[in-house]
Amino acid sequence: MKIGVCVKQVPAKDAPLALVDGSAWIRESDIGFETNEPDGFALEEALRLKEKHGGEVVAISMGPERAKQTLKEALAKGAERAIHISDPEFFKLDPLTSAGCFAAAIQSQRFDLILTGLQSDDQGFGQTGVLVAELLGWPHATIIMAIEATDASLKLKRELEGGWFQRVEVPLPAVLTIQSGINKPRYATLKGIMLAKKKEILTLERASLGVADAGTQQVERIYVPQKSKKTEFITGSPKEAAAKLVEKLRHEARVI
Amino acid sequence: MKILLITEQRAGQWNKVSFETLVAAQHIAQDVGGSLTGAVVGNGVGALAEDLSGYELAEVLCIEHNLLGDYTPDGFSIALRQVIESTKADLLLLPHTYQVRDFAPKLAASIGRGMIGDSIGYRHENGKLIFVRQMFQGRTAADVVFKGEPPWLASFQAGAFRADLANKHRSGRAPVQNVSVELKPEQIRTRPLELFREAKQAVDLTQAPVLVSVGRGIKAPENIPMAERLAKLLGGEVSASRPICDEGWLPMDRQIGSSGQTVMPKLYLALGISGAIQHVVGMKGARTVAAINKDQNAPIFEVADYGIVGDLFEIVPALIEELEKTKAG
Repeated sequence: MKIGVCVKQVPAKDAPLALVDGSAWIRESDIGFETNEPDGFALEEALRLKEKHGGEVVAISMGPERAKQTLKEALAKGAERAIHISDPEFFKLDPLTSAGCFAAAIQSQRFDLILTGLQSDDQGFGQTGVLVAELLGWPHATIIMAIEATDASLKLKRELEGGWFQRVEVPLPAVLTIQSGINKPRYATLKGIMLAKKKEILTLERASLGVADAGTQQVERIYVPQKSKKTEFITGSPKEAAAKLVEKLRHEARVI
Repeated sequence: MKILLITEQRAGQWNKVSFETLVAAQHIAQDVGGSLTGAVVGNGVGALAEDLSGYELAEVLCIEHNLLGDYTPDGFSIALRQVIESTKADLLLLPHTYQVRDFAPKLAASIGRGMIGDSIGYRHENGKLIFVRQMFQGRTAADVVFKGEPPWLASFQAGAFRADLANKHRSGRAPVQNVSVELKPEQIRTRPLELFREAKQAVDLTQAPVLVSVGRGIKAPENIPMAERLAKLLGGEVSASRPICDEGWLPMDRQIGSSGQTVMPKLYLALGISGAIQHVVGMKGARTVAAINKDQNAPIFEVADYGIVGDLFEIVPALIEELEKTKAG
């Protein structure tokens, strides 16, 4: 099975975010980046499918030069090769255009299956996988918690809300978006890291893909959200703060 | 502007977020001076269409086909594409459910248009609709606008509007119109099979008056008993954000959020939970929220009544000590 995995590099979870005036993005200098967590689960699932059924895993990422680090990590974990769609201003693209770029890069690769995380921890549009499927003319299934592959189709466990699940069958080729927690992603081994140095990262300039800007929507600005509640911050030593909180909960909020 | 509200049901039961989106749609229709039509999609959903017609809507479309009985992304997007064309709707509004996430982007792309998903609010300024959504896991908000020609699609997050504020129909009932769509079995590529629930729910968190909820900040499974002790002292239960259950540190039935349970306890005490939207939708109905987090910019503080910025490994033991002391006294 030839599997493509779309992975994104996003700001690290604990990175302090500085907004840039007049921009819909953050200041990238001085912060760490990491592989988008849901995409890490998608990569792990692709590697397991390959180990069970044979084939190849190709990691695909769009972003500036830094995105290559996420691809190197995928190669170190066991992907055979990687494709970097290079665009320092990827964050200006709307979801449909982003998906169009992935679809264009994927088209010539003859994949049987595309996996990606259900959403990114930065922009969080949560649409890429579904849109890539539509643009390729393939079926899709989202928020997947288990994959069982047969010859020409997949039997899937799809998560619904409130603790419900559904089994669905999808013919190949297909696109799946993977839910966090489907597996325990592996760590790269030292050997894997050494092997990755010899693996290929194909760089495609985004503009060279010839994907027109779909221009369906625009993030006008990002900002620190307004609070829906007025939070009373309690200060002091841990002991003082704890005593004050208990006092407030008991006599002000009257909930304990 | 012609606005079309797409409600959601499964096996004849409403997904109640539909009525929150109804409220958003009624407000938007009023603000832009547009007309609002409601739609029910499925098979044998006439009773739900009748139910919906009791609300302030120009009309209700009952979109039925035997291939829409079980949800599939192909079936729903082919059917709704026909409805968009026949109604000439400018704006489709949908509840941001797992099902909508599954088909609405596809539906939008199939007509070369975009969807603004997961909105938490909107503004109408200078004749322009601005949708507000979250980015960076709730650490920033974003104003998003449509570009290009309609039709447009937008979805609203659960909890963004209050369903109980929906306007009833002024003169009784809106007319219900049956809408037929053309669908063939071979157009539907995915095969929906059985629906099921996993492990039996061992604990009903919705009944707990107090929840002490742990997130990534709890760091290791060895630290869970500390939260359990605090919960016991407060007469409540321990719950968690998704990553804790994914790690297996607590069972899945203790998960709060869009993929877990929705709770409204008297007190929700969040320990080391950053407050991503997927978690917040499950707990924002709590009467009082207290949060302890080392990051003063954590989005959980946006919904917290009381906040302590600090190390939970210092503050929680102090809380336990304080509660034991006052209990003993």
